[in-house]
Amino acid sequence: MEKGIVDRATLDALVDTYETKIGPRNGARVVARAWVDPAFKARLLADANDAISDFGFVSKQGDRMMVVENTPEVHHLIVCTLCSCYPWSVLGLPPVWYKSAPYRSRAVIDPRGVLREFGLNLPHDVEVRVWDSTAELRYMVLPERPPGTEGMSEEQLAELVTRDAMVGVAKVEAPK
Amino acid sequence: MNGIHDMGGMQDMGPIEREKNEPVFPEKWEGRVFAMFLAAGAWHRWNLDAFRYTREVLSPVDYLTVSYYEQWHSGLVHLLVSRGLVTTEEIESGKPAAGTVKATPPLTPDKIPAALPNRIHAQRDVKVTPRFQVGQRVRAHNINPVGHTRLPRYARGKYGTIYKDHGVFVLPDTNAKFAGENPQHVYSVRFMARELWGAQAAEKDSVHIDMWDDYLESA
Repeated sequence: MEKGIVDRATLDALVDTYETKIGPRNGARVVARAWVDPAFKARLLADANDAISDFGFVSKQGDRMMVVENTPEVHHLIVCTLCSCYPWSVLGLPPVWYKSAPYRSRAVIDPRGVLREFGLNLPHDVEVRVWDSTAELRYMVLPERPPGTEGMSEEQLAELVTRDAMVGVAKVEAPK
Repeated sequence: MNGIHDMGGMQDMGPIEREKNEPVFPEKWEGRVFAMFLAAGAWHRWNLDAFRYTREVLSPVDYLTVSYYEQWHSGLVHLLVSRGLVTTEEIESGKPAAGTVKATPPLTPDKIPAALPNRIHAQRDVKVTPRFQVGQRVRAHNINPVGHTRLPRYARGKYGTIYKDHGVFVLPDTNAKFAGENPQHVYSVRFMARELWGAQAAEKDSVHIDMWDDYLESA
């Protein structure tokens, strides 16, 4: 700081940004929009940067993102086996378990076992696709919209969406 | 480098431990180290690949036991010194060398919103002919470089299919040691789980791994 390499106000602002502004609520808003707006969902899956830039969380020309859609037939799971790559702009900073050796090591060789540890038992006929974030692409899962949410607004839907569902280690639960 | 960081496929790391309502930065210094990583990175004296490599060269014991942001801190100090922003003496004394003119930080609070979406900055807007097409069958090279690479051990020598062309990106293997960006196409390559892990894997399951042109050969 005394050399002017960094300054205190910037450091405080960066900490505040990731503590209070950038987190999984961002991603939840993107997911809810995709659930209610088929045109937005199509854009999101074709060019995630273009669609998410509507919210200002990423820029069209900025760091690349890709969104993969969970369906009754295919379940996606995100990991970074080599370090801790994670889609900061939509999910904030990763939880400790995502960066941990047990998750990073086993997500690729035993994704179904990992999912069981998270309480998710996938039927055998569901195909599992694991995305290992080895390059500068950041992945997010578009979870399935739960049943019983037909009458809900976009804002109400966003409240249901969890970080874990957007990493692919959980499903979005129907409202009780 | 065949280091402990390259842990995809290991099975003896124990259960996944989760904490409910985990704070973003459990301790204040962790937030401070994180912020210094971003703010000092804005000088563009190094790149993310070089930063990742500072973690990979830790001893396996340190890699598994030293806390995440302590590892970031030691990597950051190493780069600050080796890339000429700070001297070892200044790190030790906590004071700038005599006669140092105070610099102007490149990242200021007003610039944060525009800087964060372009933080990684690894894609290059240059025309490079892709060596592979979507749908093409490929094999990952069997290489064991001593330096930084993003070709994980568990995929080396394995056969897969090009799923998507992500565009042109810098090559980490050379970029990490400041030996050139070598911009080239990066593909999402689909490897069937049984190709990677044998018959114990489910038949339809797969792992998608992002791979640079230099990591692949046609098969």
